[in-house]
Amino acid sequence: MRRLELFLVLGLLALAAVAVSLGESQFSAAQYHQAFADPASPPGEVLWTIRLPRVLMAALIGAGLGLAGATMQGLLRNPLAEPGVLGVSATAGLGASLAIAGGLAALPGAVEASALVGALAAGVVVIGLAARFREPEVLILFGVALSAFAGALTALVFNLSPSPVATAEVLAWLMGSVENRDLTDLARALGPMIVGAGLCMYAAKGLRMLTLGEEAAQMSGLPMARLRVAAVAGSALLAGAAVAAAGVIGFVGLAAPHLVRAAVRDDPGRILRPSALAGALLLVAADLAARMIPTEQELKLGVVTALFGAPVFALLAWRAARSWRA
Amino acid sequence: MTAAWTLDGLKAQRGKALVLDGAALDVSPGEVLGVVGPNGAGKTSLLRAGLGLMPLEAGRALLSGRPIAELNPVERARLVGYLPQERRLAWNLPALEVAALGAPDLPPGEALAVARDRLDRTGAAALADRGVLDMSGGERARVLLARLLATRAPLLVADEPVAGLDPDAQLLTLELLRDEAARGAAVVVTLHDLGLAARACDRLVVLDHGRVAAQGAPMKALSPQVLAEVFRLDGALVETPAGLVVVARRRGA
Repeated sequence: MRRLELFLVLGLLALAAVAVSLGESQFSAAQYHQAFADPASPPGEVLWTIRLPRVLMAALIGAGLGLAGATMQGLLRNPLAEPGVLGVSATAGLGASLAIAGGLAALPGAVEASALVGALAAGVVVIGLAARFREPEVLILFGVALSAFAGALTALVFNLSPSPVATAEVLAWLMGSVENRDLTDLARALGPMIVGAGLCMYAAKGLRMLTLGEEAAQMSGLPMARLRVAAVAGSALLAGAAVAAAGVIGFVGLAAPHLVRAAVRDDPGRILRPSALAGALLLVAADLAARMIPTEQELKLGVVTALFGAPVFALLAWRAARSWRA
Repeated sequence: MTAAWTLDGLKAQRGKALVLDGAALDVSPGEVLGVVGPNGAGKTSLLRAGLGLMPLEAGRALLSGRPIAELNPVERARLVGYLPQERRLAWNLPALEVAALGAPDLPPGEALAVARDRLDRTGAAALADRGVLDMSGGERARVLLARLLATRAPLLVADEPVAGLDPDAQLLTLELLRDEAARGAAVVVTLHDLGLAARACDRLVVLDHGRVAAQGAPMKALSPQVLAEVFRLDGALVETPAGLVVVARRRGA
C-alpha cells in the first residue's frame, strides 16, 4: 500500500524531470548546465518559466481528475463513473463557453471563474438529487441528462455566436490544454483543489462502507448523508477546478483508478490517494506526448486523453458487461 | 426486561400503496423471532420502517425502549445490526475487510481482530484473504453474516438471510443466528420456508397485507387456518423426529 504510493511518487518525479527537460527546443548539455546555474538565462527561462509550470499544472489537474474519478466510482459503486458522468465537466464547459462568447475572455480569471461556477451548479444539483434519491443509478441517469442539456446549451452558444473568432476560441478551450500556464494560474487552481481533495479524503470511510450497499451503509453508524455530500461536493470541486484551469480533459478520472485498483485490492477508500498520483502521472505523460508528437499544430491535451481514454472506457464496459452476464 | 425492538401499529406507504397497515412485533434478548408471510405481505417493509429506513405514516418504533427517530446514526448502530435483502457487493474486497466493515466504531486493528473472530464463528476463517466476488454464494453468505455479527449489536435483523442458499448453508445460517441468540442477542429473520421458520424460530409473526394475521409459537402461529387463509395452503405443521415440517398442497388443487 505505502509501497505503491512511494512507487507512484518516484515515477511521477522521474517523469516530471523528463517532461521539464524535453520539449520543442532541444538543448545541449552546456545549455542544461546554464539553465541550472542561471535560471534567468534563455534556457533557464524555457525550463523554469515555460515548461515547469506546465508540468506542474498537468500534474495538479491529473491528480484532481484522478481523485475525483475514484471518489465518484466509490460513491456510485461503479467502475465506469467519472466526472463527465455527473454532468460536471459539461456544465463547466458551458460556463466557460458563455464567458468566452460573452466577450469576457480578456478579463483575467473570468473564464476560469465561469467554468467553476458551472461545475459547482452541477454539484449543487447532484447534491440535491443525492439527498432525494439513494440509488446510484439515478445519479448516473440525471448526469446523462445534465450532460446532454449542457451540451445542447453549449451548441446553442456556438449557434447564436455572431463572432467566428469567439466560436473558435470556445472550441479550442473545450479541447483542453495546459499550454502557456504560469504559477499564477497554478495558484488559482490550487485553492479549490485542496478543499475538494480534503472533502474526498473525508468521505473515504463512507465510500468503503458503500461496498455493502446503500441500506447496510445507512445502518452502519457512519453519518452517510454528510459523507455523501462531501464526496459529491469534493469531486465536483476537483473536476470543476480542473476544467476551469485546463478545459475539458476526459477519461483521466476513469483510467487512473483503473490502473491502481488491483494494487489496493479494490478498496474504494484506499484507492483515493494512489488514484490521484496515477492521474498526475497519466496527465504529465499525456502532455509530454502532446508536446513531443510532431504535428503541424500542437496536439491538444484533451484530444490526446480522449484518443487513448475512449478505447479504455469501451474495454472496461466490455468487461463489466461480461461479468453482468455471468 | 426491556424488549430489544418494539414495533407497534406501523403504517407506511410505498408510492400510493399502503404496505404496512398496523403491523407490529416485539422481540426480547435471547429470542429468535421469525417474520413470515406471502410475497408482498410487508415483511421487508416492516423491517425497514422499523429501523427508520422508510418513513412512517403512523405507529411506534422503539429500539431498546427508545424511539428510533430520536437516535443518531451512531446510537442506532450500537443497538441494531442489519443484513439487508440486497446483498450485491460493489467491490472485490478481501473477506476480512468486508467483515471488518461491521465495526467502523473500532480502531482499524481492533475491527480486524473482531472480524477475524466472527469469520471464525461462521466457519469462514479460511476465506479471510479471498475476494468476496470470487466466492460462491454460500461462502459470501458466511462472510456477510460475519459482518453482521461484527456489529456486536444486541439486536440482529436479517432480511431473507437464507435466500439463494443450498440446504446445508440455510441450516448453518440459522444455526449461527440461534447461537447469537444463545449468547444473548435478540434475532429477527424474515423467511419464506415455513418449515425452516418453524424449526429455527422461537416465535413467529405471520404478516398478511401489512397486518399481523397470527403470532406466537410456531405450532400456534402456523395453524391450519392460518395456512389456509394467509398462504392459501391446505395442510398442517407436523412434528417429526427431525423437527417441524409443513405438509401442504395448494388450496383446491
